[in-house]
Amino acid sequence: MIDDRNCQIPESGAVRMGHGSGGRLSRELLEDLILPALGEAGPEGLEDGAVFVPPPGELVFTTDSHVVTPLEFPGGDLGRLCVAGTVNDLAMMGARPLALSLGLILEEGLPLATLRRLMESLGRTAGEAGVKVLCGDTKVVERGKGDGIFANTSGIGVRFHAPDAQLIREGDAILINGDIGDHGFTLLTLRKGFPLQSPLQSDAAPLNHLVEALCAQVPVRWMRDPTRGGVATSLCELSEGKPWSVTLDEPSLPLNPAVSGLSEILGLDPLYSANEGKFLAVVPQESVATALEILRAHPLGKKAAHIGTVTREHPGKLLVRTAFGNRRVLGMLASDPLPRIC
Amino acid sequence: MDLPSSEYRDPRLVHALAEEIRGIRLERSVRLMEVCGGQTHTLYRYRLRELLPAKVRLISGPGCPVCVTPVSYLDKALALARLPEVELFTFGDLLRVPGSHGTLEEARSQGARVHVAYSPHQALEHARSHPQSQVVFLGIGFETTLPTFSLPLRQAIREKLPNFSVLVSAKRVPPLLAALLRGKAPLDGFITPGHVTSVIGSDAYAPLCREFQVPMTVGGFEPVDLLVAIRDLVRQLAAGTCENTNAYARAARAQGNPKAQQLIEELYQPCDEELRGLGIVLEGGYRLREPFARFDAARRFSLEGIVGREPPGCRCGEILAGTKDPHQCPLFGKACTPDRPVGACMVSHEGTCNAAFLYRETSDD
Repeated sequence: MIDDRNCQIPESGAVRMGHGSGGRLSRELLEDLILPALGEAGPEGLEDGAVFVPPPGELVFTTDSHVVTPLEFPGGDLGRLCVAGTVNDLAMMGARPLALSLGLILEEGLPLATLRRLMESLGRTAGEAGVKVLCGDTKVVERGKGDGIFANTSGIGVRFHAPDAQLIREGDAILINGDIGDHGFTLLTLRKGFPLQSPLQSDAAPLNHLVEALCAQVPVRWMRDPTRGGVATSLCELSEGKPWSVTLDEPSLPLNPAVSGLSEILGLDPLYSANEGKFLAVVPQESVATALEILRAHPLGKKAAHIGTVTREHPGKLLVRTAFGNRRVLGMLASDPLPRIC
Repeated sequence: MDLPSSEYRDPRLVHALAEEIRGIRLERSVRLMEVCGGQTHTLYRYRLRELLPAKVRLISGPGCPVCVTPVSYLDKALALARLPEVELFTFGDLLRVPGSHGTLEEARSQGARVHVAYSPHQALEHARSHPQSQVVFLGIGFETTLPTFSLPLRQAIREKLPNFSVLVSAKRVPPLLAALLRGKAPLDGFITPGHVTSVIGSDAYAPLCREFQVPMTVGGFEPVDLLVAIRDLVRQLAAGTCENTNAYARAARAQGNPKAQQLIEELYQPCDEELRGLGIVLEGGYRLREPFARFDAARRFSLEGIVGREPPGCRCGEILAGTKDPHQCPLFGKACTPDRPVGACMVSHEGTCNAAFLYRETSDD
């Protein structure tokens, strides 16, 4: 803990404009709070950039910005999202994460204790994913000009598998590694004034180990992490402009009972709700059993399910087959989902 | 999906009921109206119409509170939003409904203080803790929603809270059904709205049933609830009977909810009300009683003279009156989509156009 390291920043302090000055206070914030909190996952030196020799293979480069209210929520926090978001984007490209950057924009007045908890969580999550933060930057904006903290993480990864959507064929299966919409519904229940309580937790998690295990044995043709916009929006993107359609099987969609209850009350469809620890994979029909076995053997894939199929009818569309055997079309998320009147 | 109340979505039950309905001998085609937008939503979502015989046609009714709210109401809300001292609280669906000039969502992006409420009590609490603001709740709805915002309203009246008011647009279902029966759309039976009936009681429809000789039954919102209601009406039409029955007895009683009725009676008196698509409906709405006039935002802020302008080309009115289908509107799915709605029926979750668009079978639907 920071006190053990003879820290000069008191636990009760808050971010001040001087912490972004580039001077002594900035240095203190970095050396006494951020770096110790990141722990093993932090950079070793404080040069202007990190130097490293990449392993052989194709490199993947991605970036993700993180804004979330509240900063801490059941199942995760902004620090965890910083790692999961970028690592999962790399994983969806079939890449193992090699290095992350971390850009922080802090709002004046953010309690340092909060910042410390977020950075500790970031460090722990990076440890789970097996990646390090190699470089970073911190700026401070005046009170009222930020939402506590805005963060950006870029990531570089090396490819272990190259998914190829060109290989998708009619009959291929759509898999997901577990319950749909937990993250979105968890945050919804934390909004100011929300009248219901739920036992829900965000699913935020880095998926790289699970994805790598799957790709080692199954010829995965396409992967996507259905974050904002949810499963429906990701699958609309998969089918849009293509000579095939995707048909979801409504009764097979894995759903936490709390999410299905809330979705009924609020009129919000879990298929459009955000996930932070889920991925969709298209695999050949003959690989479904193997794929599900691999996914279900991993803690992040216990409720993995075969939720849909690549189909021929109505090419370019995402369809859903109801429990009564008839079908309807699903479109992309139009705008922010709104809770309804009754 | 492991859904709650799954026995009301049991595929075997649904198919058995549909088969039973198909087995009833009808001598002519019949037109049944599902009054509530929630029922419309279920019919589209599960595509239940496809399971019914060709002679049974379902017409979507005007029971979507957002849809029947006239443009003039939105214009009043937008006028309020422009007042610097006002903070508006609204249910989410109203945010994107176009008024004559723009939406509340657009007003918010331009700096108006418009908050989405999960519960009307939030507005009351906000008024208490922000005495410098005038807090207005946008109170729209039928007899179902009316008690939910009337409770905090009554509390504010008791506390003599000077900075809380409600812009009321409350509609009454029985006069609305009477207006429909006197109107152009030929209707042979009604699935009356389950939630409204849980407040007003199924007996409220008995006089209509007698006067217009049209069978009525209370319907719920799950596929099985709706098919039971449809079976009841089709049986009645085949047998030539005309009764007011209840296919949603698990939630709605003959006498309704006396506490909620008492609350409504205490605060409101029936008044003639403008409804989109139906014009002025005789005693079709509720108005705050005179002693509480200060708590009526329209009177407090002198908004009563504002009249709205319907968007050109929009067929919401005829769709709400049951004389046109969404597909017969030239704007449907083209100029008017859930992303960029022109008419209210495309905005609300319970709107007929929204359900028809969201749950279309193909893009050509």
